Formats: sequence, structure tokens, C-alpha cells
Amino acid sequence: MLDDLKELYQEVILDHSKHPRNFGKITPCSHEGHGYNPLCGDTINVYLELDEKEHITDITFDGKGCAISTASASMMTDVIKGKSVSDANTLFEDFRSLATGEHENINAGEDTERLMILAGVKQFPMRVKCATLPWHAMHTALLGKTEISTE
Amino acid sequence: MNEMTSFDVEKIRRDFPIFNETVHGKRLTFLDSGASAQKPTVVLDAVRDAYSHTYANVHRGVHYLSQRSTELYEGARETIRAHMNAGSLDEIIFTKGTTEAINLVAQSFGQMEFQPGDEIILSYLEHHSNIVPWQLIAERTGAIVKAVPINQDGEFLLEEFSKMLTDKTKIVAVTHVSNAIGTVVPVKEIIDMAHAKGVRVLIDGSQAIPHMKVDVQALDADFYVFTGHKVFGPTGIGVLYAKNELLEKMPPYQGGGDMINRVTFEKTTFATGHSKFEAGTPPIVQAIGLGVAIDYVNSVGLDNIAVHEQSLLSYATEQISAINNVAIIGQAKHKAAIVSFTIDGIHPHDIGTIVDQAGVAVRVGHHCAQPLMDFYDVPSTVRASFAMYNNREDVDALVASINMVQEFFR
Repeated sequence: MLDDLKELYQEVILDHSKHPRNFGKITPCSHEGHGYNPLCGDTINVYLELDEKEHITDITFDGKGCAISTASASMMTDVIKGKSVSDANTLFEDFRSLATGEHENINAGEDTERLMILAGVKQFPMRVKCATLPWHAMHTALLGKTEISTE
Repeated sequence: MNEMTSFDVEKIRRDFPIFNETVHGKRLTFLDSGASAQKPTVVLDAVRDAYSHTYANVHRGVHYLSQRSTELYEGARETIRAHMNAGSLDEIIFTKGTTEAINLVAQSFGQMEFQPGDEIILSYLEHHSNIVPWQLIAERTGAIVKAVPINQDGEFLLEEFSKMLTDKTKIVAVTHVSNAIGTVVPVKEIIDMAHAKGVRVLIDGSQAIPHMKVDVQALDADFYVFTGHKVFGPTGIGVLYAKNELLEKMPPYQGGGDMINRVTFEKTTFATGHSKFEAGTPPIVQAIGLGVAIDYVNSVGLDNIAVHEQSLLSYATEQISAINNVAIIGQAKHKAAIVSFTIDGIHPHDIGTIVDQAGVAVRVGHHCAQPLMDFYDVPSTVRASFAMYNNREDVDALVASINMVQEFFR
């Protein structure tokens, strides 16, 4: 039993949930997105700062979430910081397809391993939305919208 | 059926085939009956028998099966009437659940009664199904929705309620038992206070009917609603009790077959009694199943059930409060067997996933009661809700799994 759980809550995920990276708000910021999961009432807000070359110079998040959504947001901000908008959108698509089980593998270079760890959530179908919530919020922000609901 | 002389929870568990199942290889600890209860074999057999041996549409044919089906369906209505002690069969309307029953009253009674500025009084303890239907009709009629506050223990504040009752109040709609935190609401006092001002009252009995005897005439409720699946019956069936004097005046909620007297393109006259509010082919087999579920509850005895559940509630409350970093949300003096709690620093969704691996089924989330969650300033809680088939082993399994959660996140 604990083996399955440890698959979901790996050390790295527990660490990010207890000590989230890039937690806070950028004010003012160029883009922001608000993710809401009506199932549990959780919210994850993502703030991004883009330069004129469409590079993400800074990304942070805040809100109320479970260990999975918090860790996912924390790891996502680590991965996304410094990337171009188009790379961020590709990573969003890669992660979404991994977590929903559409794809078994992805090639995201040095980020592959971290995304694969997070995507372990697919063994717990009820929790997939927790992991994808911050990613949807980030993606929505980059599309220039602000609100996203997982339902 | 005769009431059992003594209550034997292990015998009751054997009546529910779900308890033969294991979850993730573990004994099933089912503590989510507040969301939906498990079904006894007698209900499953009744559903199967109705489809296998007596099935046909009701109120239509003159053939044998239609007559048999109608007898069973209407027999279920009588079972429910007797169970709630309603004055007449016409006052028992089958709906698809509590939600539909409340929407029916909100739309029909609201359309008839509400004027701009009129007030609808709810409480902070309400499930979304007793909030949103009132907001919809309020928007259409210009009426205003107000909510009676609660104290920190989760108790309904009668004094505040008394101040909120005014000449503008057109209806009071409150839950009998809070689905999220278990508070038993003093509905008799509420009804008496409202009636003293000539105000009608709807009681949402979804969480009360499985646990306590309800007598709608003793309560003098104007409307009393509940759903079948929480009282060990099938899904897709619910009940609206409403006083005849109101049903006679209220306009139909939906139009269709079975609810008419005579239809022409120029003018339709409606059926009377419950038929006016039961358009279309009803959930025939579900109603039959619900009747059998109510018979089953009565065979066990609601007094026995209440004693058993209260003893489980005390044991669970004592065990759970003793765990470090755990806070029980809602400590009303009168509670049904529901324990809602949070663990410091650990999100309910993570708790739900981890205890599930130990075979423990609890509800995590806002319990469709977001205003109540906002009151306690938590996004969600973990809720263990008990039914007649739960035992002390279930409490022990829950406590062990909570300890495991804390161990995991330490």
C-alpha cells in the first residue's frame, strides 16, 4: 500500500509541497492566470513576467492547494522560469498529455525526469486535476485570459 | 415488519453485499453514507423482481402488468406516507431527488408567492441544493435570499432567526441535519416561529430521514423533502411532502403526460393531488425500491439505529479529538453521526487519497456547502459519515489511517 502512495508522493513532491519554490505574487506582472477546481474549492494563481522577446523572466504562484497541486505549481515554476513562451506552451502540452495518460513518454530534455515524476499522478485518476491545475492556470495566463476552471 | 428485539450490527452488515468487497486488498471501511448509502439485498432483489416479473408503465394500461406495476408503485407511496405520517397520499410527490423537490417548490411556490423585495430565509448550514434553486427564483421574481447565521459550534441561531422573520419573509427553507458537519437543526421551533408570522417552511430532510423518525404532521412542516439514495434506496427517486392546501394552489412545475385532466390545443386542465406534479413516466422501479428500503429501515427500527449511531458518534468524536493536530469542525450539542475534520497542514484531498489506500472511504471537499466552509474559513474538510451498518472497527480503521497520514507527511 505504501509503495503506491510513495509513487504518488515521492520525496521530491513532498519536498516541493512543504517548501514551495517561487511562492508569492509578482506585482505588477505582465500576465496572470487563476486556476480553480470546483470539486475541492482549491485555487492556484500564477503570475508571469515576460520580456519583449517573449521570454519568461519570472514566474510565481500563490493560492490554496493540496500537496499535489502545490508541488506541481512549485516544480512548474522551476521548469518554466527562463523559458520562451512557445517552449512553455510545449511543456504544458507535454505535461498534460503525460498526466492524462495520452502519452507514455515525452522528450523535454533536462525537464523530462521532473515532469515524469509529477505525471505519476495518473495512477490516481481522481488526482490528475490537482496536478494539472497550475499548468492550466499558466497556460491560460499566456493565452491572455485569466480564469480557468478544471470542470 | 416487526422491529428487531435487539440491534446486531454484524447481522445488518450481512444484509449489505458491498461489505463482501475489499478495496486495494483491504477491508472496506465505508464512511461516506452522507453522500450516498449502500443498498441492502432486499432493495436489490426488489429492483430486480420489479423488472423481471411485474414491469410495465404505470397509470396507463388496463393489462395485468400495468396494473401490478401501478399497485407496487402506489404501494411505495403509501409506505412513504405512513413512514412520514403524512395526512394523505396526495401529499406525497415522487421526484428524482431532493434537488428536484426543492426546485419544484422554489419554482412553483415562488412563482405564485414571491414579489420584488420579498425575502427567502435559508441558513449557513445549507447544501447548495437548498441555496441555488432559491437564488434562481429570486433572480426571476426580485425576491431576496438571506441566511441565518450559526455559532462556532455550528448551531443554528434561533434568536437571530427570530429577528430576520419579517412581514417580507415568504418562505423559510432549512436543513433538518447539516450534511457537512452533522448539526441537528431545531426545525420544530423554526416552524412554530415562522407559522406565528404566517410564513411557510420547507425542511430538507436528506440527512435526517436515514437517522431519525420524522413526523411531518407533528412538525407541522409545509414542505418536507428527502432523497431515496441516502436512505438505502436507489438513485433517481426522491420525495416531496407538501400540504394539500398548498398543492391545490400551486401551479404545475413541469408539463407532460400523467399530470393532465384533459388536453386540447386551446386549453389544458390539470390533474389534482400529487399527479399534477408528476409529469411523464415516473421512476417506477426506483420508487418501489425506495418503499422496500423504508420497510427495511423500519424492520431494524429507527430508535435502534439512532442509539447505535449516537454511540458510534461519541466513540468517533472521542477517538478523533485525541489525535494531535486534528480539529473537528462542528461540535453542536445535537448532532447526527457525521464527523467533519481537518488535519493541521495537510490538505483534505491528500488525506482522502492516503486513507483510501487503507480501504477507508471518506468524503473530502466542500460537501456542496461552500458558504459553511467560508464561515469556518477552510476550503474543505474530511467528512466521515456513519450509517446503521458502521461499527467500532470502522472508527478504529479511520483513526489508524489518520495516524498513517500524519506519519506520511511528517
